Amino acid sequence: MSGANQNTSMNRRSFLKVSMLASGALLIGCGRLSSTDANQMEKETWVANLYVRIDTDGQVTIVSKNPEAGQGVKTAFPMVVAECLGVDWKSVSVEQAPLDDRYGRQVIGGSWGTPDGWDDLRIAGTAARQLLINAAAQEWNVSPDECSTDNGTVVHSASGRSAPFESLLAQAAELRVPDIDELNLKSRPEDFSLLGTFVPGIDNNEVLTGQPLFGCDVRLEGMLYAVFEKCPTFNGKVDTANVEEIRKLSGVTHAFVIEGTDDPRGLQAGVAIVAGSWWEANSARKRLRVNWITDHADSTADFDRQAKALLEEPGEELRSDGDVDAALASASDIVEATYYYPFVAHANMEPQNCTAHYHESGRLEFWAPTQNPKSGRQLVAKTLGLSEKKIHVNLTRIGGGFGRRLRNDFMVEAAWIAREIRRPVQLQWTREDDIRHDFYRPAGWHRFKAGIDSDGRMTAFDHHFITFGRNGELISGADLSPGHYPAGLVPNFRLRQSLVETNVPTGPWRSPGHSAFCWSYQSFFDEVALVANRDPLEFRLDLLSRSFGETQMDLQRASNTLKLAAEKAGWGKRELDANRSLGIAFHYDHRGYVSHVAEVVADGSSVKVEKVYSAVDVGPILNLSGARNQVEGCVVDALSTAQLEITFANGAAQQGNFNDYELLRIGQAPEIECHFIQSDNSPTGLGEPPIAAATPAITNAVFGATGTRIRELPFSRSGILI
Amino acid sequence: MSNVTLKINGQPHTFDAPPDMPLLWALRDKLDLTGTKYSCGIGVCGSCTVLVNGMPMRSCVMPASSMVGMEITTIEGLDPAGEHAVQKAWDEEDVPQCGYCQPAQVLAASALLERNPDPSDEDIDSAMAGILCRCGTYHRIRKAIRRAASGGES
Repeated sequence: MSGANQNTSMNRRSFLKVSMLASGALLIGCGRLSSTDANQMEKETWVANLYVRIDTDGQVTIVSKNPEAGQGVKTAFPMVVAECLGVDWKSVSVEQAPLDDRYGRQVIGGSWGTPDGWDDLRIAGTAARQLLINAAAQEWNVSPDECSTDNGTVVHSASGRSAPFESLLAQAAELRVPDIDELNLKSRPEDFSLLGTFVPGIDNNEVLTGQPLFGCDVRLEGMLYAVFEKCPTFNGKVDTANVEEIRKLSGVTHAFVIEGTDDPRGLQAGVAIVAGSWWEANSARKRLRVNWITDHADSTADFDRQAKALLEEPGEELRSDGDVDAALASASDIVEATYYYPFVAHANMEPQNCTAHYHESGRLEFWAPTQNPKSGRQLVAKTLGLSEKKIHVNLTRIGGGFGRRLRNDFMVEAAWIAREIRRPVQLQWTREDDIRHDFYRPAGWHRFKAGIDSDGRMTAFDHHFITFGRNGELISGADLSPGHYPAGLVPNFRLRQSLVETNVPTGPWRSPGHSAFCWSYQSFFDEVALVANRDPLEFRLDLLSRSFGETQMDLQRASNTLKLAAEKAGWGKRELDANRSLGIAFHYDHRGYVSHVAEVVADGSSVKVEKVYSAVDVGPILNLSGARNQVEGCVVDALSTAQLEITFANGAAQQGNFNDYELLRIGQAPEIECHFIQSDNSPTGLGEPPIAAATPAITNAVFGATGTRIRELPFSRSGILI
Repeated sequence: MSNVTLKINGQPHTFDAPPDMPLLWALRDKLDLTGTKYSCGIGVCGSCTVLVNGMPMRSCVMPASSMVGMEITTIEGLDPAGEHAVQKAWDEEDVPQCGYCQPAQVLAASALLERNPDPSDEDIDSAMAGILCRCGTYHRIRKAIRRAASGGES
């Protein structure tokens, strides 16, 4: 980023850097000061969050640090810049940056895309517009206040003069960069002309004509294809393998044992087979004979036995408000229930893969569909003993993230194979590899006991959460915040926790934790409302109306989504047949407020989810299409996952493909009607918040339509068929 | 290895392949036609769908050597400009999220409309049942097929 002219301006958080590139393009960088290298006591350094470049032909390009995985950032971000800069959004393109240390956080996760980009995109776009106006005003010797912009042109209406942006770039680069505080940033739907409208995905044409966009589509000169057989049980080691025999098979170029490391998130032991085509590599794999050394024997049946025993123990107290025991003793009614949900897999449609080339110079180059390239590079550097400076990571479109690709086991495997064979190589996992070597969403048990007073209010909430640990420490994705709703909303509240020991690898899965445990809470609330003889909506609104301590969310925003979803579904206003029912649920996570009402119709134990009404508050909406897509996708994901489970026996996952891990098909998918409350808050992400409440809305409706209270997932455990 | 010539997207393509190599891997690894996707390898998810004589077929379980003489259409050949009515409807309804399964969805929908220009919702669900979408775009797939069937009207 060398430039003849470089100015900076700052506000509390963001820094702008404006420079002119050798090509004559104007480059606006927006970033932060960061003291990333605390050990060396270095001064704070500037790290970019994004760059916007205006080329001499008027083309506007956003250099985006994070890839597209279906979450819609690649369309929403250019819309923000176009809105603020004053250009047709179709003249704004997005260039995918590789992993680059000039950037700060380069991760897809935590629904951070929108909140992370919102300020900087607007600042960059608005500052660029102001600089171009100032440049034109100076040239014309008029006040900038008299100028406006119109589709890539600065206009001075009074004199009828106009100048296209590209004619002003050199002058603009010489001007003082406006202070961020001086900028009038658009923030509300009433300010927007483009934002909030329905804009189809920027890459749709390439997707729909089958262009090579994904990690597995990378093709390099002289590239070979690899498969990697790992121990079916987690963390097993190779004793012996018939690699000499494998090397003689048709098309096979290499076959070798990789010893692996003891890092469960890192390089596992196994056997790599490389061939001129993936089919030949995978065919040879069928002749592979490996003796494994393994001592793990985790099983679902054993987890269940341990959990049942732990439920009778006191557990570790994580939070206690008021006096739960006294409140339960004096309650008019007690409701008690235990909920269970199983382990589930990510099952991205694009199975894990990675392409790597270990160049003669010692430079290791990747083409990786990863959500977290920086941690992938660290893992590879550590495992292979390389300097991170020698590793270059190109980022590809991702065929589904859902949290799976925050782990980079596929990168380190590809790296090891590439260094061994010194040829470009694409490692492609089979579906079975993908499902049997996932970082699963952990199972969990929740025992709830609620006390209700004579007014039908919940006065005590006692909760024992059985989750998973390794050596007594919680494992990834298995934690529950002690501040979680309804903490602070019930005067007497207790949360206790116990751990089942496991070796099963776990990790983030879309809305980690929330997407699992919300179902238990929101189902149980319906059970409490039923005993209290109260309407489930009214019960929830009343619960949100009084607080007894700090809560993690804005209770009004929460209530508003419940009311809107109920209104749209005709809650309490419709005559429904006995086999038809509405179910409601609410959840708050990742800064988003979501309520769903599901409409279910039953034929015996067979149910159909006909429609889901969703009400969402994530602040102003950037792309209406992308926002709806995330809500629709989350609802389908919730219904699909509620019918799935990964079970373990003898230390291995028992499912392996879509024949025994059957995702939802089109005929089972509901219609989805989505409503947004564009509250006076900064826009926040939608990749995760809509999923959690969808499952309990559906199971609460199933109860109404069938009389069956689903307390165990998947649905089949309760005899319910979708 | 044997020498195979297949007619793909109207053009003859000749390559060397093991006799049992499925069409999917011939397309991807021999011909660099990577629009056809691998996902399950056992013919249950539909990501690898191509049209064979106009019918949607799963290329991951059909040996390439058995396809000689047939008209094979992959996503690259449906309409390279993306102007096919189904592709346009898919864009207008903004169906894709991650996009990985969408080439298969588009081909299956185009085959449906070819034989049934005005499908009912049941027809749509039945014709599209073979192709999984993990992102959950089913709701929009239905809308896009209805849009394409009505000549681009939503």
